[in-house]
Amino acid sequence: MYVGAVFFPLLGACISGFLGRWIGPIAARWSTVVCMALAAACGVPAFFDVAFGHNPATVPIAAWIATGGLEVSWALRYDTLSAVMVGMVTFVSFLIHLYSVGYMAHDPTQPRFFAYLSLFTFMMLMLVTADNLVQLFFGWEGVGLASYLLIGYWYERESANAAAIKAFVVNRVGDLFFMLGVALTFWTFGSLEFTAIFGAVDQHLGDRFLGVPALELIAVLLFLGACGKSAQIGLHTWLPDAMEGPTPVSALIHAATMVTAGVFLVARMSPLFEYAPTALAIVTVVGAATAFFAATVGCVQNDIKRVIAYSTCSQLGYMFFAAGVGAYQAAIFHLFTHAFFKALLFLGAGSVIHAMSDEQDIRKMGGIWTRVPVTYAVMWVGSLALAGIPIFAGYYSKDAILEAAFASHSATGMLAFLLGLVAAFLTAFYSWRLLILVFHGAPRADEHVMAHVHESPLVMLVPLLLLAAGAVLTGYLFAPFFIGHAWEEFWAGSIHNAPHNHILHDMHEVPAWVPLAPTVAGFTGIALAYVLYMFAPGVPERLAATFRGFYLFLLNKWYFDELYDAIFVRPALAIARIAFRVGDQRIIDGVPNGAAALAVDAARGAVRIQTGRVASYAFTMIIGLVLFVSLLYLGTTR
Amino acid sequence: MMNWTLALPEAALACAGLAILGAGVLPRRHDMFFPISMAVIGALVLAGVLVLGQGDGAALAGQYVSDAFARFSKVLVLIGAALALTLALDFNQTDRDLARFEYPVLILFAAIGMMLMVSANDLMTLYLGLELQSLAAYVLAAFNRDSERSAEAGLKYFVLGALASGLLLYGMSLVYGFVGTTSFDRLAEALTAEHAASLGLVTALVFVLAGLAFKISAVPFHMWAPDVYEGAPTPVTAFFASAPKLAAVALLTRVLTQPFGELSAQWGQVLWLVSAGSMILGAFAAIGQRNIKRLMAYSSIGNVGYALIGLVAAASADPAVRSEGVRALLFYMAIYLLMTIGAFAVLAAMRRRGRPVEEIEDLAGLARSDIGMAVWMLVFMFAMAGVPPLAGFWSKLFVFRAAIEGGYVWLAVIGVLTSVVAAYYYVRIVRVMFFDAPGAAGALDARPASLTVVMAATGLFTALFSVAPGPLLAAAQAAVAAIAG
Repeated sequence: MYVGAVFFPLLGACISGFLGRWIGPIAARWSTVVCMALAAACGVPAFFDVAFGHNPATVPIAAWIATGGLEVSWALRYDTLSAVMVGMVTFVSFLIHLYSVGYMAHDPTQPRFFAYLSLFTFMMLMLVTADNLVQLFFGWEGVGLASYLLIGYWYERESANAAAIKAFVVNRVGDLFFMLGVALTFWTFGSLEFTAIFGAVDQHLGDRFLGVPALELIAVLLFLGACGKSAQIGLHTWLPDAMEGPTPVSALIHAATMVTAGVFLVARMSPLFEYAPTALAIVTVVGAATAFFAATVGCVQNDIKRVIAYSTCSQLGYMFFAAGVGAYQAAIFHLFTHAFFKALLFLGAGSVIHAMSDEQDIRKMGGIWTRVPVTYAVMWVGSLALAGIPIFAGYYSKDAILEAAFASHSATGMLAFLLGLVAAFLTAFYSWRLLILVFHGAPRADEHVMAHVHESPLVMLVPLLLLAAGAVLTGYLFAPFFIGHAWEEFWAGSIHNAPHNHILHDMHEVPAWVPLAPTVAGFTGIALAYVLYMFAPGVPERLAATFRGFYLFLLNKWYFDELYDAIFVRPALAIARIAFRVGDQRIIDGVPNGAAALAVDAARGAVRIQTGRVASYAFTMIIGLVLFVSLLYLGTTR
Repeated sequence: MMNWTLALPEAALACAGLAILGAGVLPRRHDMFFPISMAVIGALVLAGVLVLGQGDGAALAGQYVSDAFARFSKVLVLIGAALALTLALDFNQTDRDLARFEYPVLILFAAIGMMLMVSANDLMTLYLGLELQSLAAYVLAAFNRDSERSAEAGLKYFVLGALASGLLLYGMSLVYGFVGTTSFDRLAEALTAEHAASLGLVTALVFVLAGLAFKISAVPFHMWAPDVYEGAPTPVTAFFASAPKLAAVALLTRVLTQPFGELSAQWGQVLWLVSAGSMILGAFAAIGQRNIKRLMAYSSIGNVGYALIGLVAAASADPAVRSEGVRALLFYMAIYLLMTIGAFAVLAAMRRRGRPVEEIEDLAGLARSDIGMAVWMLVFMFAMAGVPPLAGFWSKLFVFRAAIEGGYVWLAVIGVLTSVVAAYYYVRIVRVMFFDAPGAAGALDARPASLTVVMAATGLFTALFSVAPGPLLAAAQAAVAAIAG
């Protein structure tokens, strides 16, 4: 069961990827779907078995590296933390696979798509079940690779290639820090196995590296790695561009795989982070800043997928600052609920795009809610969950995070609470802005498109409905275990809270207004969206015109891309150009070309000696003879 | 002591030669080429069997020696001669001037000369063997007597060969003057007693060396080779490039390591220059060639340079390096012999509408018209370029290793660099065969079965040598033990 959950997706990827050409697209896609179904059938029971049956296990698979002091093996580590991820990833990924069957039905290269999709899932599962940092890194790079392949899936599109390369390069920047962190971990602990590292944290509390506490440095480096994968502010620029991939890919990246890896890493390394207070403060600030920043940008975007992408970025910020204040459980809980409603929102958006003949600009939509009632309903559910409206999943997790931030009583915690509150308001605002612009008002698309608006096929609606159920229920059902009274029993030590960390207890004892505040913020945001876009649709344009500078600042995503372009991309290109023109063309090419030219000259000279005249041949022989004799005379007489 | 039975292979071959000559003359017919050729091949095979059964020892008053080294070289010489004659079977029959029964007989007498060379234990035997081989070779070079190029080649070879023989004889007489003997055994004893090499003896050594270096076409005594290789009929060129070269290298090795072993410091220096010069010239001069036979001439000059690396290492003071050097040399020559004959088999098959063609461009598009021949040529060219795992890679590897262990690192460096340059022209031939469009002149003629046999035999050896290198290595090792142990 444990092994199956991880390796069925790989099997599916292999069947579809290697045999897809022979077995045809239909067999290829259904083989991956069946494999994912089997994986989910293994993964979900595994989650219940481990988390509620209290049956953690480590499944060794094979020895991998054994050189000198470094020993690394392949093993599947199933504790509650892994099991939560495995259950969620396999389930959500299965639904996304199923949805893709409908969504990608007209694509010419489906086996490739489904192989990548399953590979992506496999790599993520490898990452979350890793028993050591190297195996985790394998999965880490694997999802990076799979995301590159999937974002650039429509490789004939210039923008898709650019986005894929951007995602890969930005991730590599994060990976560099991650690798440094892994190296420093090995340097400090002499091992990369989680059990060995976590057991030895006590002995290395005072270790210093280059004058800096080693644990702090490791934690910061690993967090910077996580920033790359999880698109935290500074390394977030790839995430919105990743929308170039097909919509199911976006759903997979944003909900189940890839971006959650960073949050998972921080939770997984919690025994280490707990003793790195400075690093935790950094995590908190960066997370809060991301939550706020992405929410502001989300308010003005016009691409339906980009709005949701920024909301992911923002929600990841929540998860990080939850981890930063020590409430890793809350972070993982939000990750868990978020997976359902974010997958729902993306797949719903996909359904809208499908209905609108591949139109993604929300300014060209509107007035279609009667034509796509199911999509409309599930988008409502997803938005309600995202905005944190009571009884929906997001309410439980987001409230818990904000309460934890408040309860930490630290300056960074308060900052996170305030920014988080504002972000909650903005989240509700942009979610309803999206809903209203897409589904209500007068149709802004041309008649041709409007005539084709239709509800999606059943194979796409079933996943939507299942995810909608998840978006409603997961919060209410699982809150008691993830963050409620039963949390210690549930997590069974898979997430470590230091003795001085009482946050999970304290967060239930905050003043009464604190749990209410996010809900109020959410409702206010919704109300404002109704006022601005439903009842007074001219106001937003006037606002944008009045505060033009501010509007452009938000629309251009705080000019991060332009900034990076000026600081990194252009200088790098300039250096590359110099290296190419001078280093490569002149020196590296020049040396062999010059040598070749010399060889040709030498050949010409050698041929010229060969005159064809016997006398000159004889002369050469005699000269050679004289030369050798005189050489030896010189040698002998000396 | 006249225990001539030890020299039975040579004696038997000589008698067979006379009988075959008679058999060729008496019937007064013009179509004797093929039967006589077959008889000669039979005689060569018979001699080979006799060589394998030969014992150790000296004969004919110490003029002749039989040991493992001589047997190793003789077997290769006989194989080379027999294969070279096989190459001629079809080629010569298409031309009335070439299809004469004297052709195989001359090869037979050349083979006797070569066998005497490698068994020589006296400067006199050496000279006799060398001249017997050379005289046959001069006639062979000019065998196509109505062709100006062939006649010119024969004449050039003869004139320059006479000069080389003069140098050799002069050196030998100097040796006799200084030491008072021509026997290798007594020369070795006398030179051991003499501690400092006299100037006169060094001069004599260089003259002998020059005479022998001519036969192996090493720089700067190589000038005849391109012209003669180009002018002589292709089967003759194949013969020149294979057996006589091996015999002369073996002879040189015996002369330098046995009677003149004590002068290794002197001849080591000379050979260093000869080897480096041959490698460099062989690599660079071949680049500009359009005629493939000329190209093969430079290639053979370069290959002799590589082989001589082994002999340079044999000048080392360390006995282990000495024997490794000689072993690498023998190994190199054995593989070179078979690779070269294979490549020449392809050259001999290059005919268009019955006429031989010799330009590299004539091979264009061969992969499309005759993929089998193209693949064999590819094997030979890659082997000569030293691409693993073909035989040519190992032979180069061994000589370079011997050089490095003997401390001749620069020689090895030159060797590696020149093989890079040489790889260019070998691979260019492959490119022409596989990637160039066929010329307007049309495809080459179908290749005859005899050439296919030679190509396949040598090609399989070259390609699959790595599978079972043991026998050849063991034989070379035994041969080395006889002279440099």
